[in-house]
Amino acid sequence: MIPLNWYLILGAALFVLGMLGFFLKRNIIALLLSVEIMLNAVNLTFVAFSSRNGQISGQIFVFFVLVVAAAEAAVGLALVIAMFRNRETLNVDRSNLLKW
Amino acid sequence: MMELLFFVFAAIALGSAINVLVQRHVLYSSLSLILLLTAMSGLFVLMQAEFLAVINVIVYAGAIMVLFVFVIMLLNLPQDEDEEDRLRWLKLLGIPMGLFLMFMVIRTVWNVEGSAAAPQLSGTPQAIGASLFTDYLLPFELTSLLILIALMGAVVFAKKDL
Repeated sequence: MIPLNWYLILGAALFVLGMLGFFLKRNIIALLLSVEIMLNAVNLTFVAFSSRNGQISGQIFVFFVLVVAAAEAAVGLALVIAMFRNRETLNVDRSNLLKW
Repeated sequence: MMELLFFVFAAIALGSAINVLVQRHVLYSSLSLILLLTAMSGLFVLMQAEFLAVINVIVYAGAIMVLFVFVIMLLNLPQDEDEEDRLRWLKLLGIPMGLFLMFMVIRTVWNVEGSAAAPQLSGTPQAIGASLFTDYLLPFELTSLLILIALMGAVVFAKKDL
């Protein structure tokens, strides 16, 4: 039986890695990929608590997280296409029209 | 045996997550993320969440990541532009702070223990479906609305003359 906190430690490490990527990368697709890493870390934590506490609700939640991730990827990538078509770049620092 | 499998999957997951961050081209990053999702499915199987493991491979690695790879190849990205100096020292500052945050979060969850007397749970499609279509029926129906809105949003955003 694997202790619960091993999963939590792995989930925490993955979440912080995703957050680091979100703050340090400048390519907008890399930012979306970092968000996916963070969602996966949360999924891992949900399933770990669900299986250790004997409640199925955590796994249902992972199901909903998957739905939200799919919707986010679809809309996000459509935005990426629109951005690339207008600005010819994916660097988020270059899309600063609304910046003072 | 279970512990060994856990360490193998955890090492693959952490290694591929770091690889996502250090790769210069996003195509290699997304391929590395597919490896991360596969390792995640292995961890789900270790926790008796079989249905989610299968769904993770089919929906996440199969559908969402294919969408990412498709868009990356569709856009035919130019090779990486050189970074400004501002980012260099931001990275020097950001990586130690991120590692410090990781240390603090790990220290928080270090001693968490699950309840020992909990019943054994098996995440079969039957168990998931029984809960999903009784207790969580309304959220389940609402997700269809969410996906419909996301679908229309994606079509509108990707239109030629926005």
